[in-house]
Amino acid sequence: MLSERASFMKGMILGGVFCLVLSLLGSFSPITESKTEDHHHHHVKAASKDELQQLSESRLQELNNQLQISCVIMVQPKNLVYWAAALDTWTKHCDKAEFYSSESSKALEAIELNEKDDWVRLRKALKHAYENAGDIRWFFVAQPSTFAIIENLKYLVLTKNPEQPFYLGKTMKSGELEYVELNGGIVLSYEALKRLVNVFQDEDKCPERQSALWKLSEDKQLAVCLKFTGVFAENGEDAHGKGLFNSKSVDNLISESMDQNPNNVVKGCCSDMAITFSSMSPNQMQVMMFGVYRLRPYGHDFHDILTFYPPKDSDND
Amino acid sequence: MADELYNKVRILCWVMTGPNNLETKARHVKYTWSRHCNVVIFMSSVKDPDFPTVGLGTKEGRDQLYWKTIKAFHYAYEHHANEADWFLKADDDTYVIVDNMRWMLANHTPDEPIYFGRRFKPYTKQGYMSGGAGYVLSREALRRFVEGFKNKVCTHTTSVEDLAMGQCMEKVGVLAGDSRDTAQRETFHPFVPEQHLTAKFPKSFWYWSYCYYPISEGPNCCSDVSVSFHYVDAGGMYLLEYYAYHLRAFGYRYRYQPPTPKAYRLELSNSLDSAGELKEGTSGVKEHGDDDLPRPDQGQDAGPPPVVGKDAAAAPV
Repeated sequence: MLSERASFMKGMILGGVFCLVLSLLGSFSPITESKTEDHHHHHVKAASKDELQQLSESRLQELNNQLQISCVIMVQPKNLVYWAAALDTWTKHCDKAEFYSSESSKALEAIELNEKDDWVRLRKALKHAYENAGDIRWFFVAQPSTFAIIENLKYLVLTKNPEQPFYLGKTMKSGELEYVELNGGIVLSYEALKRLVNVFQDEDKCPERQSALWKLSEDKQLAVCLKFTGVFAENGEDAHGKGLFNSKSVDNLISESMDQNPNNVVKGCCSDMAITFSSMSPNQMQVMMFGVYRLRPYGHDFHDILTFYPPKDSDND
Repeated sequence: MADELYNKVRILCWVMTGPNNLETKARHVKYTWSRHCNVVIFMSSVKDPDFPTVGLGTKEGRDQLYWKTIKAFHYAYEHHANEADWFLKADDDTYVIVDNMRWMLANHTPDEPIYFGRRFKPYTKQGYMSGGAGYVLSREALRRFVEGFKNKVCTHTTSVEDLAMGQCMEKVGVLAGDSRDTAQRETFHPFVPEQHLTAKFPKSFWYWSYCYYPISEGPNCCSDVSVSFHYVDAGGMYLLEYYAYHLRAFGYRYRYQPPTPKAYRLELSNSLDSAGELKEGTSGVKEHGDDDLPRPDQGQDAGPPPVVGKDAAAAPV
């Protein structure tokens, strides 16, 4: 009897130690060479008006210099109307706008990637954007049916340092993976993009070709690769905590708000400083251009701390 | 500035509606633009103390439109003549940006016999104003309207409300005003923004032969300080409210700078002493900062290359 109990106890202890060792090994992940902060919070908020008031002129000037945005727009000839709409509307406000196409198009100019796979195309586009960044330190990835208000993106990242890894947008959770939805637009700081381009070379952590069985959408793949480099998805929010990146159209969101907040439809809907709306038709985009960059009630002035001027040779803003 | 105009250019808005439209249309007007009027009255055939609506004692139907209009204006004159300077008629599917109407009206006085709207040309000498796009009468114009019916100079000529209105206005010597902005762009619109901005109306469409002033399709259709749109559905009301009063581009310096209304510039110059310095203790027009200083010859084009900070007002015109 005694020997059985002893064997049992030995077995339990061995098993316990074994489990402990396994779990310790499992939680061990390579810590990246990083002298910068660990971004384990899940949201990034725009600076409040008070915070902005406290900035000095020289600091403002500094910040303004690093505020340029490079837009990476993933297009396909089959979506030509959206492509043309994006070209004629919001992308005019990017400091640099580059269209990356799956195949050549006779109608519009783009950087032809000649690649059918969405993930491979995204990798190529991001690598190209990184290598041609010049002085630009912020990158915005979108599809042409997403409308982005670039000035509001600048407002969000105004006090953030691009030498730190930022990966922002509308975050979603898929199991344990938190990722930024491509639909709502993806923002990458220079540091995040740099780490990403480096990890592209690692076929184990960030394979170019996925097996057909295990295919993840390109925005989830992006999150997986970035995670290996210590970069985590963060939800972009205004000073009140309202999401700035939307994966639905503005009409859709208003409609939902009419159902959910019938007595407070507009305030219950979307942020005043919203950055993106998705699934916008070309006509809806023209209306948004008018609504954002032109239509306003006389006599309401905001006296923002920075001024952004309209682009040259544009007639709808 | 908006507050000053609210107090100096008082507008009574009456909204043409009916018992079947209260929950489907009038309600959304109530929750959006009508809140910006000094006085708002919902006019129906039947009194509804809960909404509330005034009962005009007519029947419902297209042929009743001018009867309702006559009675509504009489009601407004009898009960509220001293509470407002201008009297607006709108439909329950008209969206009105009241602040912009104040800007346009600020260059006139309520003693002028004048009315404004989207000017149409047929059937009358001086033209008449589109009913759906909304039209606004000065207090003097309203007085003459009421007087006209008393003296039988004006009668129920036709059930086509806007035309009948135009005929009466002409008979009593009320001028059909030009509501366009300083860049000759229309402010009152008979259709939704999407149609004015993107649609190509066929040349056979009545619109082409009706408009008093030359029609512009595309972005030039509509003033930045547009006053009204028509055929706006429930969702459209909230969307326009969001675009006009909420969603904006941070720091954006609009291309078109509507000039400060003359009367308000005059106030400022009266408060300057002989040396041109601001007299002590005068508030004038200057409220928040340099941006409100009058610049009569304000152009509409983009300023010089991007400049950071509060010096935007110093940018040459």
